[in-house]
Amino acid sequence: MPKDHGIGASTKRREDVRFLTGKGRYTDDINIRGQAYVHFLRSDVAHGKINAVGTSEAETAPGVLRVFTGKDFEGVGGIPCGWQITDRQGNPMQEPAHPVLAQGKVRHVGDPIAAVVAETYEQARDAAEKINLDITELPAVMNMKAALEDGAPKVHDDLTSNLCYDWGFIEDNREAVDQAIKSAHHVTTLELVNQRLVANPMEPRVAIGDYASYSDESTLYTTSQNPHVIRLLMGAFVLGIPEHKLRVVAPDVGGGFGSKIFHYAEEAFCTFAAKQLKCPVKWTSSRSEAFMTDAHGRDHVTRIELALDAEGNFQAIRTETYANMGAYLSTFSTSVPTYLHGTLMAGNYKTPNIYVNVKAVFSNTVPVDAYRGAGRPEATFQLERVIDKAAREMGIDPVEIRRKNFVTEFPYATPVAVEYDTGDYNATMDKALEIADWDGFDARAAESAKKGLWRGRGINTYIEACGIAPSALVGQLGARAGLYESATVRVNATGGLVVMTGSHSHGQGHETAFPQVIAEMIGIDESMVEIVHGDTANTPMGMGTYGSRSLAVGGSAMVRATEKIIAKAKKIAAHLMEAAPEDVELKDGQFSIAGTDKSVAWGDVCLAAYVPHNYPLEELEPGLEETAFYDPANFTYPAGAYICEVEVDPDTGKVRIDRFAAADDFGNVVNPMIVEGQVHGGLAQGIGQALLEGCAYDDSGQLISGSYMDYAMPRADDVPSYSVDHSCQTPCTHNPLGVKGCGEAGAIGSPPAVVNAVVDALQRNGKDVTHIDMPLSPSRVWAAMNG
Amino acid sequence: MPTVSMTVNGKPVSGEAEGRTLLVQFLRETLGLTGTHVGCDTSQCGACVVHVDGEAVKSCTMFAAEADGAEVKTIEGMANADGSLSVIQQAFQDHHGLQCGFCTPGMVMSAAALLKDNPKPSEAEIRDYLEGNICRCTGYHNIVKAILAASGQEVTPIAAE
Amino acid sequence: MYDFELVKPSTVEEAVKALSGDEAQPLGGGQTLIPTMKQRLAMPGTLVSTTGIASMKGVSASGGVLTIGGATTHGTVAKEAASSYPGLAAMAANIGDPAVRNRGTIGGSLANNDPAACYPAGLLGSGGTVVTNSREIDADDYFQGLFTTALEEGELITAVRFNIPEASNYQKFEQPASRFALVGVFVAKHSDGVRVAVTGASEEGVFRWTEAEEALSSNFSPDAISGLSVDASGMMGDIHGTPEYRAHLVNVMTGRAVKAAG
Repeated sequence: MPKDHGIGASTKRREDVRFLTGKGRYTDDINIRGQAYVHFLRSDVAHGKINAVGTSEAETAPGVLRVFTGKDFEGVGGIPCGWQITDRQGNPMQEPAHPVLAQGKVRHVGDPIAAVVAETYEQARDAAEKINLDITELPAVMNMKAALEDGAPKVHDDLTSNLCYDWGFIEDNREAVDQAIKSAHHVTTLELVNQRLVANPMEPRVAIGDYASYSDESTLYTTSQNPHVIRLLMGAFVLGIPEHKLRVVAPDVGGGFGSKIFHYAEEAFCTFAAKQLKCPVKWTSSRSEAFMTDAHGRDHVTRIELALDAEGNFQAIRTETYANMGAYLSTFSTSVPTYLHGTLMAGNYKTPNIYVNVKAVFSNTVPVDAYRGAGRPEATFQLERVIDKAAREMGIDPVEIRRKNFVTEFPYATPVAVEYDTGDYNATMDKALEIADWDGFDARAAESAKKGLWRGRGINTYIEACGIAPSALVGQLGARAGLYESATVRVNATGGLVVMTGSHSHGQGHETAFPQVIAEMIGIDESMVEIVHGDTANTPMGMGTYGSRSLAVGGSAMVRATEKIIAKAKKIAAHLMEAAPEDVELKDGQFSIAGTDKSVAWGDVCLAAYVPHNYPLEELEPGLEETAFYDPANFTYPAGAYICEVEVDPDTGKVRIDRFAAADDFGNVVNPMIVEGQVHGGLAQGIGQALLEGCAYDDSGQLISGSYMDYAMPRADDVPSYSVDHSCQTPCTHNPLGVKGCGEAGAIGSPPAVVNAVVDALQRNGKDVTHIDMPLSPSRVWAAMNG
Repeated sequence: MPTVSMTVNGKPVSGEAEGRTLLVQFLRETLGLTGTHVGCDTSQCGACVVHVDGEAVKSCTMFAAEADGAEVKTIEGMANADGSLSVIQQAFQDHHGLQCGFCTPGMVMSAAALLKDNPKPSEAEIRDYLEGNICRCTGYHNIVKAILAASGQEVTPIAAE
Repeated sequence: MYDFELVKPSTVEEAVKALSGDEAQPLGGGQTLIPTMKQRLAMPGTLVSTTGIASMKGVSASGGVLTIGGATTHGTVAKEAASSYPGLAAMAANIGDPAVRNRGTIGGSLANNDPAACYPAGLLGSGGTVVTNSREIDADDYFQGLFTTALEEGELITAVRFNIPEASNYQKFEQPASRFALVGVFVAKHSDGVRVAVTGASEEGVFRWTEAEEALSSNFSPDAISGLSVDASGMMGDIHGTPEYRAHLVNVMTGRAVKAAG
């Protein structure tokens, strides 16, 4: 029987009721009496020298409260980068200033030059048109390789070049890798682009700054995945506001996918301007504005070499990647192509020698940072594409070549610095083959052929490191923050619980899944547990939600805090039952003493804690509230196998995904319904990357795909119904729940399966196409098959 | 400023609106009905879908004054009279047809319009009909399932251990 | 967007009078105009809404001609022309999305003449007449390039007349993002010959592929055009398709339309 409550049950989401009835409270739904509105005047050129920003006419326009420019921020800090990378020579990366409003130069289309605050939004926008800009356009730095040539125009004049860093991983591996490739039986080489994407959560970003002069306290309401991180970065590095005078609230947030991790200039501006103007200041991004201000994702150009012996055993991997940073360093930008990418280059395979080189490059484009998967999709894509190509070149079955090289013994230390704790890659492979009906392919291909369509199939595996992460490790690697998570569990006198968590739900369903864990631990109804998140004023310092970390890290913190609660409650119960605490058992919300008929209910113990009339006050404090900070010992390592079947229309190049199967190992699962939903969403984003999405600039730095008219978002008829399975479970060995994280898997694992399938379809029909760069639009596929 | 009057979720309302005031602004800002959302500015995402005189429209691409005298229905008016979730809303919850909830009001309004015209749509018809509603969270799988279920058709049960 | 005055006339006469004012512009369903105004790329002083003009709404067929009021929505055409002119109704049923079709009007679409819109192909393929408040314009004279038509300032499309063919079909190959036509081909087999109108492809906007028309007029089958090709040099190129790709699709979509028309 499926479970109907607690861990493992598909409990329906309680948060759905407010979302389904229009009662959600998103940031743009908040309006504060007397609020003003800001419109940002943004650069329409990619690169230019600011000669003058004439604001006098705008300042006197109707309704205008004030016009701000870069000058107003000269004494204010810049937007910080949260991760310092050390290059191959041991030197720190080049780190440019990132002012809240542009100073001296504009560096990408959308770079904010001035901010007009007015009584209404339209007044602010009207006035912005009266600002006289004098900008000398400069040559745009767009191509990463050209940007590194001598004499190339520089994005930042005060840096030595457009190179942020040249990173080698692991530098000590390099010689052995070179040697292994030189002496290998076969080397497969692939050059590819992992294209720039835009995260596009459906809720555009919003920021409202508010200042209370009576308490000298600033409040920022913002669309964030991690309000405490914003408070720390903005308070400490930008505005110089101590954290006890700064509150950051992220209420219901309409999706994030990474793009709402980062601290953005608009947040700092609204907080700053509210204090200056003594009135709330609100900014609501339009979608068009989002395309040129939300951090973008991916944008790698890679050459990968895979060396094999005569039997197809992997001998070595060597990669060279150019990673686009955009015009400034966004919060976690520098970590994505390095520690979230290089560490995953072993994949699911026991390749003995691996060396990864990454050159991070500045360009006149929107900053690039983490987007669902962040570095791991880039690693998985190149690895699984080159394996597919190698299998074809060597005449080995694509399933066979993978199985032959799987890591099968755990723990396994890779040559790229991580240690996989557990996994069973053959099991997920077997399951994927089963749910995909791998053996039924030929019959389906024949049916497709009757319709004049070419059927192909693609398979790949993936592994990811998530549940980010051990603070000590990331600290060694350059992170300027810890990556623990926190929870305070407050038991009320009448037995209900409130969990104040540093994790933040923006679609993941924490309000439902977290109570399932506590209900299981105590044996009470889930409805007795309430989750509070998203407000620095009433949650302990936490690092937020990204990197598939909420349950693995935040959930673990909650478990630890709840364990403390139970331990204390047992002491109280022992007192009430006149027994020894170590003899007390807790089951189904009842404390009892084994072998006796003594028992006391959960609610009675809670009441005793707050009404301590009969209570061991000399040994125990009253009350029942505990906080835990959990810092994991390792990443978690979800893994799986994905299979895609496509039909290609040879007349038009259009690809239709007919079947998609995903078999994942997420370790233990708390709410299978939510887990499957997370996989579905990831698959759509991965399929979107593979077939539809691409952020395009022209050579002058103009954003071509600046709206949904040109940036192809996956729609309902672009994707199939998916076959997903998570029954292969090797629990994580180092967190108390044995969970691994499921948020990013779909987006990491799916792009190579789709591209492998399309290449397979063309190969089966006599087209010697070995690779097509994403997105595999009809136009590109047609060009490839006719090239 | 001209005054605009309409019936919203069965209740007569009126308020001032400039010529350029969009219906969605009137609903959200003048009436405080913030369940209707704005997710794009090119009339594509569908987070703003409401019903005007019984037909689904994008309230971000219609002026408030154009709805003068009209019957408007928003997500706030979709629950049953006793406040319980309607069949479509309940199906979205039962089948996990939403995650962040931002596109959800538009999805529910579009689903209701579809089922009015086509009470037993096929999976393909549902996917085709949702062309103007973008969801970034669910991958559409469970939205399609929820609409099939709301139309009384058999669907596979949700995941369970 | 910039502010403006919205007027809602109930007759064509009132509308025409309102349109004679400075910076006045008709407003159909607004499905293109409103997004354009949000970007501040249009700044009309007055918008004259056509949706309240009863005489400009409705679909009727007689004597081999389908007449559609200028303020009729795509959704209405999809339903009400289904029996009299199924090829055109099917085309209307696939413009935009359902909510857009409930607002967008034929008059608005034809007045805008977006190079990737469907109606220009439908009208040019059918042959027919654009009826305005002051005159009738033959379909072959109406379209004059990207976003350009024979309409004068202040002129209002009150109705559109389509010659109903013996057989017809529209094939739209969608641009993946906008879902407008990357290439759309409307093929109509009339008693006096075949018309083939292509949208989405050419730098000059909608056009008739006369070479294909001639071939299909003598042999209405996909084979008749298999050896033909349009010149890629006049085709649009962008991130969604090269000129060569669009030229290729014109042939493919024409063949499919002929096959579907039967």
